Amino acid sequence: MPAQPFEASVRHQPDTGIIDLRGEINAAAEAGLSAAYAAAEAQNPPTIVLNFGAVSYINSTGIALIVGLLARARKAKRRLLVFGLSPHYQEIFQITRLADFMTVFQDEASALAGGR
Amino acid sequence: MRNPFRKQPQKEAVQPSLAETPASPIPAAQILPLDFAPNDPLSAYLLNAGGAVDLERLKLDSPALRALREAGVRLIAPLTGQGELIGLLNLGPRRSEQEYTADDRKLLGDLATQAAPAVRVAQLVRQQQIETRARERLEQELRVARVVQQTLLPEELPALAGWQVAAYWQPAQAVSGDFYDFIALPDGNLGIVEADVTGKGVPAALVMASARGILRVAAEQDPASPGKVLAHVNELLCPDIPPSMFVTCLYGVLNPATGRFVFANAGHNLPAKCTAEAVVELRATGMPLGLLPEMTYDEHETTLGPGESILIYSDGLVEAHNPQGEMFGFPRLRQMACGQGGGAELIERLRSALADFVGPGWEQEDDVTFVTLERSESANERINESANDAIRNSQFAIRNSSLLADFTIPSAPDNEREAMAQVAAAVAGLELPAERLERLKTAVAEATMNAMEHGNRYDPDLPVAIRVQTTADELIVSITDHGGGQPIPEADAPDLEAKLAGLQSPRGWGLFLIRSMVDDLRVTDDGMRHTVELVMKR
Repeated sequence: MPAQPFEASVRHQPDTGIIDLRGEINAAAEAGLSAAYAAAEAQNPPTIVLNFGAVSYINSTGIALIVGLLARARKAKRRLLVFGLSPHYQEIFQITRLADFMTVFQDEASALAGGR
Repeated sequence: MRNPFRKQPQKEAVQPSLAETPASPIPAAQILPLDFAPNDPLSAYLLNAGGAVDLERLKLDSPALRALREAGVRLIAPLTGQGELIGLLNLGPRRSEQEYTADDRKLLGDLATQAAPAVRVAQLVRQQQIETRARERLEQELRVARVVQQTLLPEELPALAGWQVAAYWQPAQAVSGDFYDFIALPDGNLGIVEADVTGKGVPAALVMASARGILRVAAEQDPASPGKVLAHVNELLCPDIPPSMFVTCLYGVLNPATGRFVFANAGHNLPAKCTAEAVVELRATGMPLGLLPEMTYDEHETTLGPGESILIYSDGLVEAHNPQGEMFGFPRLRQMACGQGGGAELIERLRSALADFVGPGWEQEDDVTFVTLERSESANERINESANDAIRNSQFAIRNSSLLADFTIPSAPDNEREAMAQVAAAVAGLELPAERLERLKTAVAEATMNAMEHGNRYDPDLPVAIRVQTTADELIVSITDHGGGQPIPEADAPDLEAKLAGLQSPRGWGLFLIRSMVDDLRVTDDGMRHTVELVMKR
């Protein structure tokens, strides 16, 4: 199976930074994810939204990276929201209790609505 | 030098004058109870005298000469041959009290020349008789020793339902340093010993007798732990075993109900496991017994399926040489053992292969011993009913299963994706619900990552082996790495709050995820390899 390299881009909305994630979130994604988060934080939005719609694979290292982002967000008193997770990764967010700390939405519209 | 005085010296064996008829009966010839040092100058003198010697005229500083004179000897005729002093004819004074004449001396000289070869032949015959008697006594003792040693070997082979146990023992000499033993353990298991004491013959046999006794006692004290048994035996043997001797020993415990064979090895040949497909050596190493104290012995295990067998063998087989100097070797043994019946049949096959290999007139170099355990084909059903738990403990030994995939992947970052894809392809026909398939894939990926990272330390030479099997009610993915022998931490639910507060590493989700994804997680370890079985109920 060909690897799907991680990519991330950031969109800025009023009071919200949206990070569009693509590919695989594993150890190789660390630098890219951290840079994207820093870019989203640059305008000091109260809310950052992670878009997992184009993410094909998250492993335990990827979970650890997301925990790291959540820790950064909480330290800065920012809300971290997510959408676009497949049912399987929604389940993993439940099992790991990440969903207790970052609300999971079905799509971008509900995430943006929920973020306000 | 032979002592001429003990064997043949005679006093007055020859009458000084044969022409005279003695007036009184001739006193019987006597053996002089004389003994003298090999370096006594008299020996050298007599050897070169060339005829009868008058002791009265002899001037030598010789204890033997003094002793002969004291015994009343006047004249000596040395018996010589091939540069050796064979005996002496010792004569006392003439009865007539006259001096011995020149004729007497000549007659005596001729007699000595004639008698010497005959006496020599008689000496040789006598010596041979003594040696023969000594050899016969030794042989008789060895025959008894062999009988005694045979009583130390099991009188009967264990009769285990569903198993064929066979053994073969052929010492190179009358007695042997090899031995095997079967020990009925209290929990219904069978202890199996095969051992080889260094050297052969009587010294090895004596150590064998003591090692066997110690092993039996140790096995009964620690019925479940072959490693502890060998360590215990080693401690007891070390102080008593003669220097430069030691014992190699393979000791295993068979659970006849499940086929599980747990074993430890003290420098013995690796046992061979024979299945329909292959013959593999069961790796287990350790220091031979009696060399160094405080040794420990790792335990390993395997499970014998129906039709599978284990062969335990001593050096005498694999190190036998043919007339061209080639060694029998393990590859030949593998060829002989593969894909055919085990048990007594295997032993017969190996014996005949060995005989063909070494040819007629072979002088057996070392003791040859084999023990085989074969699980009968028909044991299948019974074992499935009675021994589910043990089957769970065995690596890749899942009965009544269908094999869907069996592959390895190199240990390199991201290769867990490959494992996940191959497992997904293998189970495609099972029509698992989508969410269960996704869970399985995540569990496979995480378990493979752990295997590559923690088990194999991303060593590209150490692959991860993955098998996908199904039974009537389970789908089982077995993932094996080379990190056996290390304890695996239990997967507790990671504490997310602590991680978010920076009190815990954000990592550490792998085992937790695996356990959350599958219905059952079984972990086995044979000391070398570590296997995780991911189980999904069907």
